[in-house]
Amino acid sequence: MHETDMTKALILTIEDWLADQPDHPPVKTVYLTVGEFAGVEPASLQFAFQVQRQNTCVSTAALVIENIPLVAFCHPCQREYRPQIGQQYSCPTCNSPMEEIRSGRELKIDRLEFMTESAAPASPSKQTVEV
Amino acid sequence: MHQTVDTALGINLLHANQHIAEDNRDRFNQWGVTCFNLMSSPGAGKTQLLEQTLAALNAERKMAVIEGDMTTQLDADRLRRTGIPVIAINTGRACHLDAKMVAGGMIQLEQEHQPDDLDLIFVENVGNLVCPAEFEVGEHAKVALLSLTEGEDKPLKYPIMFREADCLLITKTDLAPYLDVSIDTIIENVRQINTKATIIPLSAKTGEGVADWLQWLRAAAKPSQPTTAPPSLSVV
Repeated sequence: MHETDMTKALILTIEDWLADQPDHPPVKTVYLTVGEFAGVEPASLQFAFQVQRQNTCVSTAALVIENIPLVAFCHPCQREYRPQIGQQYSCPTCNSPMEEIRSGRELKIDRLEFMTESAAPASPSKQTVEV
Repeated sequence: MHQTVDTALGINLLHANQHIAEDNRDRFNQWGVTCFNLMSSPGAGKTQLLEQTLAALNAERKMAVIEGDMTTQLDADRLRRTGIPVIAINTGRACHLDAKMVAGGMIQLEQEHQPDDLDLIFVENVGNLVCPAEFEVGEHAKVALLSLTEGEDKPLKYPIMFREADCLLITKTDLAPYLDVSIDTIIENVRQINTKATIIPLSAKTGEGVADWLQWLRAAAKPSQPTTAPPSLSVV
């Protein structure tokens, strides 16, 4: 259920973005970055996407999810470590709390791949959207 | 033949929600209101705590509640008995309140009441330890509740909610004699992921610890004069 709503948010965000791109070609692939500590299960997200993409701007698109591991940084030890999710988040060496998260919170639409006719301009349009 | 064209987006998945949440917060600020987002699993005691809170602060603060439930108005009806304005939002299929739903509640609040006169708004989220943590609604502070009966391991199993909380209330402490649950262990587990949250064990039934919670609320709330700059609340 959670992933259903996330997928809805994903499709709405892409729809919003595409609304500003007149005459855009069909979306071929949606690349998503999902951190291990983002509270989202990639398999459920993939399933929800297959169901919900019908009759939307991504109806024929594939979803590719890149998983990012949870990496924390321990300041007393001055080193990175991988917390054991569900068991121990504090530093395995000195037991300091997990304060700084270096990666694993990502939940991001990384990029879109479009399908275009070969007649289209050869140079790919690289646009970065500041959020 | 087809060729592919790439476009880098780098947009957060919840960008649209975040944007509306920020608009909500701006409007709360214009009203001079401090908004608290109450989150917990179902049955942790959010509604009963609110009943106690509304009764205790009624004389000193003007308050309203935005009440989220998947179906029914049972909680909203309970809180309406306090005489305080309650806007009920049925989320239907959704397992959390999102910023857009709360924005709708705020419009209703504007139509039916005088939000400029309010000091505090409590958003009672849908009972769920996972999703509400990811969907900001425009609150100034997040309050998580964990009842003793849920067990010591919940902060480890549902870490995002407990990491995001500005205040954690360990509820139903009156049941402690009947349970093999250690409040100290709960606190240790929370501290692994959140060093900053204020942690208050309490029982809305006996009143134990409720004074500490009210004290925290008073400190976290904006001063009554809307012209004064609001205190900055750091989100952990």
